[in-house]
Amino acid sequence: MATSLRDLHEGGFGATLRRDSWWVAPALTATVLLSFAVYATWAAGTGTHYEWGPYLSPFYSPLIQTSWWPLSPAFLILVFPLGFRVTCYYYRKAYYRAFFLDPVACAVGEARHGYKGESKLPFLLQNVHRFFMYAAVVFIFILSYDVILALRWPVDGAWRAAGIIPAGSPRTFGIGLGTIVMAANVGLLACYTFGCHSLRHLVGGQVDCFSCARAGQLRYRLWRGVSGLNRHHMTWAWCSLFSVALTDLYIRLCAMGVITDIRIL
Amino acid sequence: MSEQRRLRIFRGTRSSGELKEYAVEAGEGMVVLDAVHKIQAEQAPDLAVRWNCKAGKCGSCSAEVNGRPKLMCMTRLSDYPVEQPITITPMKAFPLVRDLVTDVSWNYEVNKRIPGFRPRTPDAPDGTWRMFQYEVERPQEFRKCIECFLCQDVCHVLRTHGKHQEFIGPAFLVRAAAYETHPLDVAERRDFLKTEGGIALCNITKCCTEVCPESITITDNAIIPLKERVVDAHYDPLAALWRKLTGKSND
Repeated sequence: MATSLRDLHEGGFGATLRRDSWWVAPALTATVLLSFAVYATWAAGTGTHYEWGPYLSPFYSPLIQTSWWPLSPAFLILVFPLGFRVTCYYYRKAYYRAFFLDPVACAVGEARHGYKGESKLPFLLQNVHRFFMYAAVVFIFILSYDVILALRWPVDGAWRAAGIIPAGSPRTFGIGLGTIVMAANVGLLACYTFGCHSLRHLVGGQVDCFSCARAGQLRYRLWRGVSGLNRHHMTWAWCSLFSVALTDLYIRLCAMGVITDIRIL
Repeated sequence: MSEQRRLRIFRGTRSSGELKEYAVEAGEGMVVLDAVHKIQAEQAPDLAVRWNCKAGKCGSCSAEVNGRPKLMCMTRLSDYPVEQPITITPMKAFPLVRDLVTDVSWNYEVNKRIPGFRPRTPDAPDGTWRMFQYEVERPQEFRKCIECFLCQDVCHVLRTHGKHQEFIGPAFLVRAAAYETHPLDVAERRDFLKTEGGIALCNITKCCTEVCPESITITDNAIIPLKERVVDAHYDPLAALWRKLTGKSND
């Protein structure tokens, strides 16, 4: 049995001596990311059914309703979480493999030539990741505030017919299943955001000598904390992606009357 | 208990070669390198293979087993199905010498170009320094590198795109990170990493981390922190303003 030396080179797309199912992971990644993109674009574009009772969809938070903006209010704010994910070091790996096939898998041939990596536009713009991270941290506090609001229910149930609570209605403490869903979503988003590589660098990664630096011990502890979350950055990235979509879906289905929210307290 | 295994080994030089199949009696616990040695001893005495420690610590026996960069001495035959032959080829990112041996000397030339370790002025009058274990743990991870160059081999920037002139590769980004994060080091490497090092060519697809036999978290702990340092120096206007106002580095 003979194979020429030329055949051994990964000359074209998909050429490899690997025998495992290397195509499964990028195919799955592409499917999930595309599905999320389609759902998120649709959910953000509808401009309806994004709130029910004290719940507000994460796609629409903070809710900015102005007369000068003709499109859905979600499009005013989604650039920040979207930019954070698009420039995220983990997602870069995921979509470079799944969509740009660059490479589609390790030790598998590529079709594209003239590779420039992240040294030229448009991928040079990946360097703005830290600025999106600043915005993402602010969003964690905004979404946390939404969870607090989701603990404040109207005293009477007259609002349920329309699904919208009239302004100024007296409220009392309460917990619905949606409150739990929103809180879990914020928790997962916080784990993803506070495990960010840029944040890790900002809090202490840039320091070489912790014992010499200003507030070195504090920065070391912060760096250790962020590093702990960062070790599972991929897990947080996927879980928070699903949780954002599922939180929106839950609130949307409540608002559409398809499901009934369970009031726990 | 022994069983017969089939190995397809690349035989040839840079200009011509082929995969040649050998059958070998494999005992329990045998690794790929054992099988290659058995073939060399019994069937093909001219088979060229580089090896040394047989313990996963010298980094000499790097090759590709069924298309994946591996240390042959750390890859068990039992990890592969008996009914299929195991294909062993030389590393693809480096020029072939013969059979399973490649010329990895390019790596040693790259190593010489990295700005070396330069400690700050001594902390004590007797010319010694003070540092703490917790702050050297970061560079210590990078010092585990055994220079097997599997990460260089799997990196598509070198392997597929052949950017050896523009990119130093993950192994030497790890080396740079070992210096750069050392608590005593004060040398400036960010310009080197951006220009000669070609760090922007890395698109962080983490293949290097996947193949590292020392389990060094190459991408997350070495390359990305270095990329962030390059952003500090070249792409962050706020950091530039901070340096201008305070006259200090980001530390």
